Amino acid sequence: MAIGVPFSERYQVGSSLVHSMDARLKLLLTLAYIFAATLTPVGHWLALGLLAAPLAVAVAVSRLPTLLILRRSALALPFIVVAVPLLFTKDGDALFTLQPFGWTASEQGLAAVLTILTKSWLSVVAAIILTATTPALELLRAMRALAVPRILVATVSFMYRYLFVIVEEAQRLLRARDSRSARLEGRRCGGSVWWRADVLGHMVGSLFLRSYERSERVYAAMQARGYDGELRFLRHSVWRVAEVVVAVALVLYMAGVQVYARY
Amino acid sequence: MRATKVRTAVDTAIAIANLRFAYPDGVQALRGVDLTVAAGEKVALLGPNGAGKTTLLLHLNGTLRGKGDIRIMGRPLSNGSLKHIRAEVGLVFENPDDQLFSPTVFDDVAFGPLYMGLPKEEVLGRARLALAQVGMAGFEERLPHHLSLGQKKRIAIATVLSMSPAILALDEPFSSLDPSACRELMHLLRALPQTMIVSTHHIPIIRQLFPRTVVMDEGRVVADGDTEAILADAALLEAHGLDVP
Repeated sequence: MAIGVPFSERYQVGSSLVHSMDARLKLLLTLAYIFAATLTPVGHWLALGLLAAPLAVAVAVSRLPTLLILRRSALALPFIVVAVPLLFTKDGDALFTLQPFGWTASEQGLAAVLTILTKSWLSVVAAIILTATTPALELLRAMRALAVPRILVATVSFMYRYLFVIVEEAQRLLRARDSRSARLEGRRCGGSVWWRADVLGHMVGSLFLRSYERSERVYAAMQARGYDGELRFLRHSVWRVAEVVVAVALVLYMAGVQVYARY
Repeated sequence: MRATKVRTAVDTAIAIANLRFAYPDGVQALRGVDLTVAAGEKVALLGPNGAGKTTLLLHLNGTLRGKGDIRIMGRPLSNGSLKHIRAEVGLVFENPDDQLFSPTVFDDVAFGPLYMGLPKEEVLGRARLALAQVGMAGFEERLPHHLSLGQKKRIAIATVLSMSPAILALDEPFSSLDPSACRELMHLLRALPQTMIVSTHHIPIIRQLFPRTVVMDEGRVVADGDTEAILADAALLEAHGLDVP
């Protein structure tokens, strides 16, 4: 029984063209897209805009809620923290000086930070569209069909299978703790911050131990059913010509943007 | 004036009126439950799987929050009173692995009193007393996840006894226990003075321990009264998929 914050599937049920496209092609296109976004020169906003266009079309065609994509893409925000030092370390025209430290921000630094943020955001959005329109099992099959080593595919598939189990386990631990977090009349409750951190740390440890012990049991159960390291899937369907044409066109478009941005 | 008000309210330990609750996935687990339990009463909660017994118990200390009115020891359950109510209601989950989250038995039993901010000697005294009450004295330094199920269930009860709650809400405390562990737990529950609401399928235990039985099905209370009268009503028990003794 799921209690507490619902932890949901990434996949959004739908029947659009993007949803029904071959998972192998979607995976390859997403990788190509991330590659293209990464290679775009710093500060070339037009090229980044041209790269954003296919994403906007994909979102529109897939009929995914825009808000959902924006919310999930907040994942890209931490990258800005990593990139911020560039603002002050890159030489260039001074923008402003951060007084107490005497750090000077440069225009070139700002361009670098914004480019990194845009690139990572575009890449994350591409990955979100992929996972939101492709069921996880389809993605795993696609990885196997594209000759990703089976040990990696098996690892990802178990991670996906047990992620939900472990999240629920964690929620139950938190529920048990909250259920005994009580206050008495006229007494300060909660203990010290240090004590609470200690309790939480031990809970993380328990969660790890439980997951580890579970993995031993799962492995024993799998061996009992003849597991040999290969997850067997039904045979993959044939490539559909129209989809391959669209995919090739998209790759050519991305390559074109790169050529344009450089010359 | 205010003192008398609090005194009179304590006659009723649990008062629930028209409690409704749906899980996020849309399952309507409670469809208007009314239940009043007097202080000191021991009540068995009987019903088929999915009747809403666990959901109801999880409402008693505000782990789940449905629509309707819940009063514990006269105090309405609200965001402001949540932590006070958790001091009054000792909720024990069916699976002790859901209850025990600390590295050692002692840490788990001492968590409640420590959180309440009690002085050190009192925490130690309460933890020792609670473990002695459930017959687990001397297990302080053991790791909970390496004990037997019966031992874990008893420690799970000790973790709330150490908070000296007025009410014990136990979810299937007898499930998957062997007969001797069942008997021991029964003697323990009989010896405890708290108001008790306990979900279980063990008819013999219900007979011996609980003068009053509440039968739930499909999110409602379908029968509530004297245990012997309810267990004698074969038509009622059969209609709700329960064993006729």
